Amino acid sequence: MATDTPTDTDFGQVSRTKDVAFRLLALAATLVGIVSLAALLANVAVDAVGWLNWGFITSPPHPDPYEAGFLPALVGSIAIMLLIALITFPVGVGAAVYLEEYANDGLLTRFIQLNIANLAGVPSVVYGLLGLGLFVGLLGFGYGTVLAAAFTVALLILPIVIISAQEAIRAVPDSQRQASYGMGATKWQTIRNVVLPRAMPGIMTGTILALGRAIGETAPLIMIAAPTTVFGIPNSFESKVSAMPLQIYTWASYPETEFQYGVVAAGVVTLLIVLLTINSIAIVIRNRYQQRT
Amino acid sequence: MTMSDEQLLSSDTESSDDQPAPTPGTDGLTDSTDIDTGERSATERTLLEARDLSVYYGKEQALDSVDIEIPEKQVTAVIGPSGCGKSTFLRSINRMNDLVDAAHVDGELVFDGKNVYDDDVDPVALRRKIGMVFQKPNPFPKSIRDNVAYGLRVQGKDDGDVDEKVHTALERAALLDEVEAQLDSSGLDLSGGQQQRLCIARAIAPDPDVILMDEPASALDPVATSKIEDLIEELAEEYTVVIVTHNMQQAARISDKTAVFLTGGELVEFDDTDKIFENPEHDRVEDYITGKFG
Amino acid sequence: MSQPDFSHDGIRTARGKAFRYLFMLCALLSILTTVAIILTLLVDAVDFFAEISLVEFLTGTRWSPTNEPVAFGVLPLISGTLVITVGSALVALPIGLLTAIYLSEYASERRRAYLKPALEVLAGVPTVVYGYFALVYVTPALDTFLPLSTFNALSASIMVGIMIIPMVSSISEDAMSAVPDSLRQASYGLGATKFTVSTSVVVPAAVSGIFSSFILALSRAIGETMIVAIAAGQTPRLVDVTDPAGLFLNSIQTMTAAMVQIGTGDIVGQGEAYKSLFAVGLTLFVITFAMNLVSELVASRYREEYR
Ligand SMILES: Nc1ncnc2c1ncn2[C@@H]1O[C@H](COP(=O)(O)OP(=O)(O)OP(=O)(O)O)[C@@H](O)[C@H]1O
Ligand SMILES: [Mg+2]
Repeated sequence: MATDTPTDTDFGQVSRTKDVAFRLLALAATLVGIVSLAALLANVAVDAVGWLNWGFITSPPHPDPYEAGFLPALVGSIAIMLLIALITFPVGVGAAVYLEEYANDGLLTRFIQLNIANLAGVPSVVYGLLGLGLFVGLLGFGYGTVLAAAFTVALLILPIVIISAQEAIRAVPDSQRQASYGMGATKWQTIRNVVLPRAMPGIMTGTILALGRAIGETAPLIMIAAPTTVFGIPNSFESKVSAMPLQIYTWASYPETEFQYGVVAAGVVTLLIVLLTINSIAIVIRNRYQQRT
Repeated sequence: MTMSDEQLLSSDTESSDDQPAPTPGTDGLTDSTDIDTGERSATERTLLEARDLSVYYGKEQALDSVDIEIPEKQVTAVIGPSGCGKSTFLRSINRMNDLVDAAHVDGELVFDGKNVYDDDVDPVALRRKIGMVFQKPNPFPKSIRDNVAYGLRVQGKDDGDVDEKVHTALERAALLDEVEAQLDSSGLDLSGGQQQRLCIARAIAPDPDVILMDEPASALDPVATSKIEDLIEELAEEYTVVIVTHNMQQAARISDKTAVFLTGGELVEFDDTDKIFENPEHDRVEDYITGKFG
Repeated sequence: MSQPDFSHDGIRTARGKAFRYLFMLCALLSILTTVAIILTLLVDAVDFFAEISLVEFLTGTRWSPTNEPVAFGVLPLISGTLVITVGSALVALPIGLLTAIYLSEYASERRRAYLKPALEVLAGVPTVVYGYFALVYVTPALDTFLPLSTFNALSASIMVGIMIIPMVSSISEDAMSAVPDSLRQASYGLGATKFTVSTSVVVPAAVSGIFSSFILALSRAIGETMIVAIAAGQTPRLVDVTDPAGLFLNSIQTMTAAMVQIGTGDIVGQGEAYKSLFAVGLTLFVITFAMNLVSELVASRYREEYR
């Protein structure tokens, strides 16, 4: 609004101090969380140096921090995660297909939808109690077994899988369905041959991201009495299993500085690397198979 | 078409304006058609017939008591202003409107003597006799071969000579020469006009009786459009073609019969294309065709 | 003339139905999950309340499930949960709201493209990691100028707050983006600055969405478990409103942390402590479920506001 050449009319100046100050405040607010997390991550990465090594990755836990290893927890986490994928993928996709392709916009559908949104907000520790009562108690999967852990956490991430699969299915253009029905395809043929192939990258991405959430869950495992420390690698569904976050939780309560600032840091970094890998896979899939329309 | 037929038809559509539509039980019309068939040339046999056909979306009426007899192995054009129910009419023939929750159909649509809205008709089976081509080319993100073979696969006609059928369909769709070397590349790699011909090949591969086309050339450039038009005229030698178009010159060029719908989903006039464009019965139709309206 | 055959194909119809029901079953599983959660919690909670009266549970001021003399008053745990919720709200609500305003009103398209995923990372870090950070980095750092206990509500609140920032910011931003541009234009036309437009036009217009994001974030804070279990300690204490600083500087115990404490103990079986898990769990479930429901209902209101 400032003009170099003087004109007859003087518009004057409206003070911008408040405007600029507010803009800076808002920017600072946007960055504060990100910067804090970055600082904490830098700290833990530095602390993990010297502790995160091949021995740590390949050894069982040990009371001596210099001997302590992460192998059973690492393998346990991955085993649980794979089983969770096997459980949630078909069920989640099935539910999403029903809600997007079959269900009409009736009361039942809206109820199911609201219920799924609500389940996504139930605290994870409550899912732990569900696992304790249902899978450990009623169905006898056993305290802290691979099976009990996987089913418990699977229920926890199922709403996330369903919601993201629904989004992927909704993104399939309707013209594709029309083309298929127009050829005399049945609903199932249309879903199988047209809708699902097209939605699959989105479904995979959503499921993998949900698995990332699953691998960081601790409270449900505590509730189903997963042992805090396991020395062997799980070799069956009935094996007692530990997991990375649970092992971290256990170690964090050890008083020795070597544990608090060394072993745990190495565990945290390992967990974060696994998580980063999982999320990268999801992003690669999304970018690679992004559909032309 | 004889003079008396014309009068019968026009008086019929007129009457639906002010008095309740005749109930589909009055079979006099059908009988007379059957008798007529004998008098007409063999190609004039009626394949599709709408009787008092109305379609509603919720409470809104999109088709208003349409009566029409569409002859076999000819090109019938459906023209009219935007929103007058052309697509709705087309989609009521192969019951694609079943897929719209709010849609509701009254009256009959008779295909070769069978009302397709009878309870014992499976819309999936019906659509296997009727191919459909859409306004925007919508090939699947699959290979050209798999696109054309799609209908064969879903209809269980994929035993043995799929490749041969794919070739024949592409040939008939005047696309084979351009894509023969790249049958396994994606259908999405083709140009818009080629994609639309691919969709036509896909529609005719399972050898339907009828092909419905909803403004198949409106998204294409003039060259691609004229290719599609040539193709449609050829297709009429073997198939009954019903085509919706916005383009009156196109209707005049390629169709044998023309149906003019006007606002409110009303079929105002249906006759030989020449008659419609040279000397329409209704002023409203004339106004529309000469561009005074719509 | 023989009629064409459009009849239903029995096998095809049956297969179609089978798939329909199979998929429907998957969708119904979500309702079954909710029912299962409620039943599991209720069965043991009812057992628990047969021994400890509901009144005693809800009004008792001492929580000591395993140490004699045992007491099952849930108020200290609710107090602890409140402290964490208020603390994290003080962090996340203003920051999240400002972030949403920045993203929706100020940030360029490009900046938004990398800020939003970066913010989402905050919600993606496992809570056990946040808890560890609070314990070994945040507490010692704050301890240099505050009289902090090793376990304290302050660092836990800050961490929970940071974790739920994206929840506030993303839902609020959605609501702000949904405010029609014509409203902004009208205000600019009157000579308003961006600050005025943001604070007196956009925020009020998006208020139900913002409200919904607040409730959802608070509900998440109430249910957060690992951060508080690791960093806030295990000291059930009633709120002492006369000493607000003391609340944050010292160790407390939330409902969730109490559940973890009982869960890690070796109380397998049917003791009162074990059953109290389900009573506390039920309390937690009811509170968070109600909040999520309110948030969802408010959100569906704002989605309809600008159609
Ligand atoms: N799926 C639907 N749901 C509700 N109303 C619809 C639907 N499809 C069409 N309509 C309505 O029915 C009427 C006829 O629509 P239709 O698509 O048949 O017109 P059209 O003649 O094909 O128009 P255009 O030339 O624009 O394609 C319109 O008023 C339209 O709004
Ligand atoms: Mg149309």
